[in-house]
Amino acid sequence: MNPAPLIFAYDHQRDPVHGSMEEAEALADIPQALLRGDALHWPNPSELEVVRHYTRLSQRNFSIDTHFYPLGSCTMKYNPRIAHEGAMLAGFARLHPQTPAPAMQGLLRILWELQEWLAAVTGMVAVGLTPAAGAQGELAGVAMIRAYHQSRGDHQRKRMLIPTAAHGTNPASARMAGFTVVEIPTGHDGDLDLAALDAALGPDTAGIMLTNPSTLGVFERQIVQIAERVHGAGGLLYYDGANLNAILGRVRPGDMGFDVMHLNLHKTLATPHGGGGPGAGAVAVRERLLPFLPQPRVARDEQGRYRWLDAGDLPASIGRLSAHAGNVGVLLRAHAYLRRLGREGVERVSRYAALNANYLLKRLQAVGFQAAFPERRASHEFILSVADLQRENGIRALDVAKRLLDYGIHAPTVYFPQLVPECLLIEPTETESKASLDRFVEVMQRIRQEALETPHLLREAPHHLPVGRLDEALAARRLDVADRG
Amino acid sequence: MPYIPHGPDEVAQMQAAIGIADLDALFDEVPAQLGSRDLPLPHGLGEMALRREMEERAAANTPLRCFAGGGAYAHHIPAIVWELAGRGELYTAYTPYQAEASQGTLQILYEYQSFLTRLTGMEVANASLYDGASALAEACLMALRLQGEGKAILVPENLLPAWRQVLDSILGWQEIPLLGVPYDRQTGRMRLPEGNSDSAALIIPQINACGGLEAVDALTDWAHARQMLAIAVVNPLALAILKAPGAWGQGGADLVVGEGQPLGIPLSAGGPFFGFLTCRKAHVRQMPGRLVARTVDAREREGFCLTLQAREQHIRRGKATSNICTNQGLMVTAATIHMAALGGDGLRRTAVTCHAQARRLRDLLAEVPGTQFPFPGPFFHEFVLRLPRSARAVRDALLERGILAGICLAEWGMGEAGDLLVCVTELASDEDLLDYRDALLVTLKDLSA
Amino acid sequence: MSTVPDNLRYTETHEWVENIGGGRYRVGITDHAQELLGDLVFVELPALGSQIRAGNPCGVLESVKAAADLYAPISGTVAEVNDALVENPQWLNEDPHGRGWIMVVHADAAAWDGLLDAATYARIAEA
Repeated sequence: MNPAPLIFAYDHQRDPVHGSMEEAEALADIPQALLRGDALHWPNPSELEVVRHYTRLSQRNFSIDTHFYPLGSCTMKYNPRIAHEGAMLAGFARLHPQTPAPAMQGLLRILWELQEWLAAVTGMVAVGLTPAAGAQGELAGVAMIRAYHQSRGDHQRKRMLIPTAAHGTNPASARMAGFTVVEIPTGHDGDLDLAALDAALGPDTAGIMLTNPSTLGVFERQIVQIAERVHGAGGLLYYDGANLNAILGRVRPGDMGFDVMHLNLHKTLATPHGGGGPGAGAVAVRERLLPFLPQPRVARDEQGRYRWLDAGDLPASIGRLSAHAGNVGVLLRAHAYLRRLGREGVERVSRYAALNANYLLKRLQAVGFQAAFPERRASHEFILSVADLQRENGIRALDVAKRLLDYGIHAPTVYFPQLVPECLLIEPTETESKASLDRFVEVMQRIRQEALETPHLLREAPHHLPVGRLDEALAARRLDVADRG
Repeated sequence: MPYIPHGPDEVAQMQAAIGIADLDALFDEVPAQLGSRDLPLPHGLGEMALRREMEERAAANTPLRCFAGGGAYAHHIPAIVWELAGRGELYTAYTPYQAEASQGTLQILYEYQSFLTRLTGMEVANASLYDGASALAEACLMALRLQGEGKAILVPENLLPAWRQVLDSILGWQEIPLLGVPYDRQTGRMRLPEGNSDSAALIIPQINACGGLEAVDALTDWAHARQMLAIAVVNPLALAILKAPGAWGQGGADLVVGEGQPLGIPLSAGGPFFGFLTCRKAHVRQMPGRLVARTVDAREREGFCLTLQAREQHIRRGKATSNICTNQGLMVTAATIHMAALGGDGLRRTAVTCHAQARRLRDLLAEVPGTQFPFPGPFFHEFVLRLPRSARAVRDALLERGILAGICLAEWGMGEAGDLLVCVTELASDEDLLDYRDALLVTLKDLSA
Repeated sequence: MSTVPDNLRYTETHEWVENIGGGRYRVGITDHAQELLGDLVFVELPALGSQIRAGNPCGVLESVKAAADLYAPISGTVAEVNDALVENPQWLNEDPHGRGWIMVVHADAAAWDGLLDAATYARIAEA
């Protein structure tokens, strides 16, 4: 396949307004000093050229619509198209955010219902929909913890406890909210080290950030004890909702003792990943954090009319995270998904996610792969380690990942969590069929054989894609990050 | 079972392979007291019923001709933009960490970065942040990393209020001082700040919250003379005709941010939008967000990959430049296609039309008795109309006539009770402008009666 | 197996130190460290003349897949820095004990005594 030229290669002298009388008249009231001196240096491709260019580029991508993505902790489930169709209806798409509430009752009702339903599935009392992604939801969550302690005059609680195995956004978010981070190790069986937790708890503890199931793919069995200890020390519990798919409809974070959490709507609620977003990181809270939720939120009055609650109604709110009401288009898609699933469908999600994960775990173990926690149940995901292949002939998790691409399967998450050497974190999700999983096992078995007999096939993979492994060091040193013409 | 493909035979085979009798056994590690409950959710709808319900809800939002701006703008989006961005290969792709499997997305992001650097006159653009307001917060944090912690940020009081509120939250959590820079109530424009505060940066909005244009050269030079960074806040469509921030003053702006929504993103009641951030190459290591670079593979074939990932949360963790992970990939994809579809000529033409129509409406409204324009001086496609009645009452009356007349400045804590911020874009035909004027005439008469 | 020259001393955080006489010590990162980090793309060097304290971070080493703090192996004043590393970070990979040297520090003789010898460090690196 020939490399695709950049869009800047298509340029035609068309009908420029620059330098015309029409333009000169229209801009006559703007001082010359404020105007652009030269023409904007952008190309002018024809419409057909634009269509062909971006259609061809799209064909150089893997996607859920075309490939299986067993990406641990990303929940790459099918993105229902009816949700996209609904969200793009003109009645939603053309709504200006400053439209007065009486003229947006249809939208406000949807947002209100979503607030209610997310509270129901998480076992919390209230929900804020505005964080634009999981990381922003985390930031809001820990900022609420901060606001809570400060409101009670407890200004010394400056430390946030975070497992060493946690996702990188956790310590980054805690720091952005003004906390220092204390890391808590995990035991060999996958549960948190309670002794280390006890040693770290004190009057300067603001709280702990956890996910359950953990990033190690197993359920944190001591969660009730952990909640008791942290609460006992005066701290609060934050739940990272990245792995909610494992327990959706089955276990509720509110019941586990968590005080605040975020959801990743682009994971659990099937909104599209879009090549890197947009997401939405709704936050849910128990009673004591309710006053601090970010604004705005939606309320319903006794006559069934909907309106925005803003700074005046929410004096203790941690404030705004974005200029408007968050990623409304994403929220619309999440609402459609929940509406489609309903009560029974939501309850099915975790059962089938767990079924697919445990099935894969058993079958991959049977063909020779080593599980990080072989004696534990998989949650919705599990970890394999290929450290044995590395010892055998130097084949690494990265090589397995790249070879999977040749077989038309996106690589699993690799090298996360950092605790397990040469690991693959595999999450099939509930929308994958048994046939698809069986094919994955066949391919993994074949790759394992290749790893032992013809390892160069892995080391030099991928062979069948538009490019092979790219020189990342050159990329960072040269830093060619824009074609400026 | 919507979206779950398993038949009963398959389930039985899978259970057998695992060695369990039923699916509940998969949760045997969960403490019994945390068991399932009846969820208070409605029953699921079939797709046909769901489509109908969504259409009804969409129809329950009044269709309006839009004359409101304030950081979110109604523009024409060519049909091909979302046709292409909605292709499954783009819509359902993941973040491009496996570069070989993501050359489509990566090249689109590289093109996006290229479009933005050319538009803003800067050397480097990142691959997006959540929206303009949070991009501004990130730019302030970046300025502090470059200039030294402990300093303040100078924030003009005629910055969009919602953006200021976002700074109060995000920067407030790290106890970063924000010093207000007053604006002249006669002109709506920034005054040069007083004194020599020890600040890291001066924020300069072009265009300000009242639609007015600022003296960006003088403000940039003022900041640089005091060893401060100049953070430009710009409208990407306006940059088709306005001087690029890279050319402001003697040295050019240092950091440039803005709301990318005007570039092919539907209004959608406020989101998802995207924030852009561009800067000098010398500062790139302190820049948050993803960055795509061009490179080669072992066979010298050109390709694209994410670079400088060591700055980001998944590697640097607590010491990362930001906590951002998922950003606004799909919006940037659509924006890139939109920029290509318009081309340089199309973008410029659109900007010229917006301004021409805005001037036309302003002239028409000047003929309506009782109207005033409190801020003389240059503006771009948005201006303040001062009415002899409550702006809110006028806006609500025009709403009944299918017109969203503008934004009431008093609701923002700015201006006076009769002030309405009116925006005109290329969507407004000459008839639409006449309708606005006529509706306003009638409304003011009714309100006087 | 990484190279661990006998004439140098080491820290647990994978820096090497060379006694070049006159109270001056040259510092760099070990072969094991550069293997772990991968291809280095950027180095943030400590400022000339700054005071550094043993065990505290004094710079940053960035590769494509990792960003690690450079820890001061001894306390003292930074007398020289290898500015050429800014344009040539790959020297840290290619020649970590030679061209890839990072800085020269003025310190007490006592500093040298507190460091690990080659044999001890080699055991740590192989673990």
